[in-house]
Amino acid sequence: MSRRNLLRGAALGVGAVTLPALLSACGEGPGGDKKEVSVGSNASDAVPKKAYAAAFQAYEKKSGKKVKVNTKDHNDFQENINRYLQGTPDDIFMWFAGYRMQYFAEKGLLTEISDVWSGFSGFSDALKAQSTHDGKQYFVPYYYYPWAVFHRKSLFQQKGYQQPAKWDDFIALAKQMQQDGNPVAFCDKDGWPAMGTFDYINLRLNGYDFHKSLMAGEESWTDTKVKNVFDTWRELMPYYQKGALGRTWEEAGQSLQKRQTGMAVFGMPHPGTQFPADERDDIDFFAFPEIDPQWGQDAVEAPIDGFLVAKKSKNVTGAKALLKWLGTPEAENTYLKYDPNNVAVNDGADTSSYSALQKKSAQLVSAAKQISQFLDRDTRPDFASTVMIQSIQDFIGNPKDVDGLCNSIERQKKTIFSQPVG
Amino acid sequence: MALTFPRRAGGRRRLRRFTRRDAVVLGLLLGIPVLLDIVIVWGPTLASIGLSFTAWDGIGDIHWVGLDNYRNLADNYPPFWPAVRHNIMWLLFLGLIATPFGLLLAVLIDRGVRFSRFYQSVLYMPVVLSLAIVGFIAQLILGTDQGVVNTVLNNHDDPIDWLGDSHLNLWMIMIAAGWRHVGYVMILYLAGLKSVDPELKEAAAIDGANERQTFFRVVFPTMRPVNVIVGVITVIEALRAFDIVYAVNKGRNGLELLSVLITDNIIGEASRIGFGSAIAVVLLVVSLGFIVTFLVQELRGARDR
Repeated sequence: MSRRNLLRGAALGVGAVTLPALLSACGEGPGGDKKEVSVGSNASDAVPKKAYAAAFQAYEKKSGKKVKVNTKDHNDFQENINRYLQGTPDDIFMWFAGYRMQYFAEKGLLTEISDVWSGFSGFSDALKAQSTHDGKQYFVPYYYYPWAVFHRKSLFQQKGYQQPAKWDDFIALAKQMQQDGNPVAFCDKDGWPAMGTFDYINLRLNGYDFHKSLMAGEESWTDTKVKNVFDTWRELMPYYQKGALGRTWEEAGQSLQKRQTGMAVFGMPHPGTQFPADERDDIDFFAFPEIDPQWGQDAVEAPIDGFLVAKKSKNVTGAKALLKWLGTPEAENTYLKYDPNNVAVNDGADTSSYSALQKKSAQLVSAAKQISQFLDRDTRPDFASTVMIQSIQDFIGNPKDVDGLCNSIERQKKTIFSQPVG
Repeated sequence: MALTFPRRAGGRRRLRRFTRRDAVVLGLLLGIPVLLDIVIVWGPTLASIGLSFTAWDGIGDIHWVGLDNYRNLADNYPPFWPAVRHNIMWLLFLGLIATPFGLLLAVLIDRGVRFSRFYQSVLYMPVVLSLAIVGFIAQLILGTDQGVVNTVLNNHDDPIDWLGDSHLNLWMIMIAAGWRHVGYVMILYLAGLKSVDPELKEAAAIDGANERQTFFRVVFPTMRPVNVIVGVITVIEALRAFDIVYAVNKGRNGLELLSVLITDNIIGEASRIGFGSAIAVVLLVVSLGFIVTFLVQELRGARDR
C-alpha cells in the first residue's frame, strides 16, 4: 500500500467531503429516462428563474422531450460545484465562460461538445475563444451583461454633468459629484463588486493581454504596472461614498436610485434590479474612461453565462440536443423576453424588442476589441476567493500600503499557482 | 497470598453474574457508541491531520507536501494571525465581560428586584435565537446606509461604518454575541443560586461576614458545578464562533476567525483541502489545550473532595 493510497483511504474518512455525494448518489436510479434531460440551475433569483422556465418550456414544446430543472441557490451552487460534478450532476448545468470553465475542463470533469459547436452560427470568435479549452469546445454561451459606469440620466441633466471619456475628466466629475453631495457609489461588503473597478483600471492602464497573463499567474504582482493600478485607483478614493466595506451592492444600487450617489461601476443587472420598473428607462451608462491612449477603451468586461455538460452526465445525447437548441437565436430571444437585464450573445438574435439600455450594451460589446470576464472568472477560483477578495478589501480599508499589499498577494499567488490543477 | 485470594474469587463471582445474553447486549450497547465515536469523531480528526500535510483540491491526486501548509499558514497567509487574535479576543470578551455580567444580572434578579420575572424573560429571550439570526439583527441595527443607529444619528454624509470598519466591527459583533451569551449565563447562574442552601448564608452572616464576603467566600464556591459548566460553555462558544460573522460579511475584513478560514478553504470553489485541514489542526490543538487543562483541573478537584 503506497502512501498515496493510504491518504486516499484517510480522505474517504472525511465524511464532509464524500458523504453528500454518496447520499445524492443513492437518490437516483440507474440509467435515467432518455426522454428527459435534467438541468442544474443556479438561477435562483425570481427574474432569471422565470425566464429560464419559459425557455425550457419552448424547447419541450418543440422537441416533445421533457426538461427537468433542479434549481439551487446561486451562491450555494457555486460553492458546491466541486462536489456536484463528482457526485451525480444533472445532464447539463449553468456556469460561466472563460478560465472558470476551463479550470474544470482541465480537471476532466466536463464533456467536450465540439460537434455541437460545428453546427452553430452567429457566435463571434471572441465568444468561441471563451468557450474553448485546449482547442476543444465545452461551453454554450447564452447571454452576457457588460460592466460600465452606470448613472441616472435625469441626475446628469439636472446637474449638468457630462459623460467623461478620459480618466482626468472622470476624476473631475467624481470630485464635482462629491462637492454636490452625491458622491460616487461604492461597495465591497460582498467581496466582489470592487473587483470590477480593479479590472477596468488594469485593462485601461496595462491592456488586455497583461490582464490575462496577470490573472493566469504569469505576471508578478509586485510589478510596477500592478502598483500603478492601485495608485491610480487611489485618486478616485476620496470621492467615493464612505463606508464601502459595510455596504452591499444592493444598498449601493439603491443609493443610486435615490439620487444619493451620482454614478457607480456596476454590471448591467445590478442597478437594473434595484430600480423600480417604471424608473429603469432613466438608467444610462458610459464605458469606463480611457487612461492610456495606447489601449483606449478597447476592452470591455462582459461576463458570459451559459451551459456545460458534466463528464458524468447520464444522457449526453439528450443534453447535446438541448444545447444545440440553446445556441440558437430563438432560444435566446425567449429568455430575454423575460429578463431584460442581459443581452443575447448570438448575432442572429432579435434585438428589435430591446430597451435603449440593452441596445447600448449590445453596441458596447460588439465594438469591443477584447472581452474579459471578471476577476473571479478569469483566474483560479482558489486565488480569487482566498486571496483577491481579502486583498482588495485590505486596500479599500488602507489604501496607503500598496507595496506591502502587492508583496503579500505575490507571495500567496506563488503558493497557490504552484499547486497543480487536476 | 491468602489475603488476596478471597478478593480474586469475589471478582470472578461478580463476572459470572453476566449471562451470555448480557454480554452480547453489553457488547452491542458499548460497541456501537465506540464504533460511532471512531467513525464520526476520530476518523475525520485523523483524516484532517493526515490531509494537513498534503495539497489536494478534492478531485485529483493528493500531493504530499510535508510541513509546507503550516509554513505557509504562519508566514504567508495574512488572515491567519488576525484570526488567531480574534478568537483570543472573543474568548477574553466572553470570559471577562459577558460571563461576569451575566452573573451580576443573575445575582440582582435572585435578590428579588421588582419585575424580576420580566427582566428574566427579556434577558433570556436572545438565547432562543441562533447566532446567525443575531448577525442579521446586528446588520439591521448597524448597517451603514439603512441601519437603525445611523438613521437615528442622521450622519448621512459621513456614516459610521459599524460593520465595515475593521477596527470597529469585531467589537460590535462581540457585543451582539455577548448579548446572547449574557442571557444564557444568567439563567444557569439563577438555577445555581436557587440551589444554594440559605442556611449557609445565614451562618456566614452570623459569623460576621458582610454581603460581599458572603458571596465571594461562601455562595460562589458552593456553585462550583455551575461555574464549571459556565466556564466550559464560554470556551466552547468562543472557539466555535462562526455563524454570526459568516452572516455579517462571510468573516472577512476584520472579522476573521479560525473556523471561517477553515470553511473558506475547504468548502467552496477554492477547495484547498490540505491547507484548510492545517488550519483545522491548529484549532484542534487550541481546543485540546483547553480540554486537557479542564480535565486535569476536574480530576484534581475530584481527588481533593
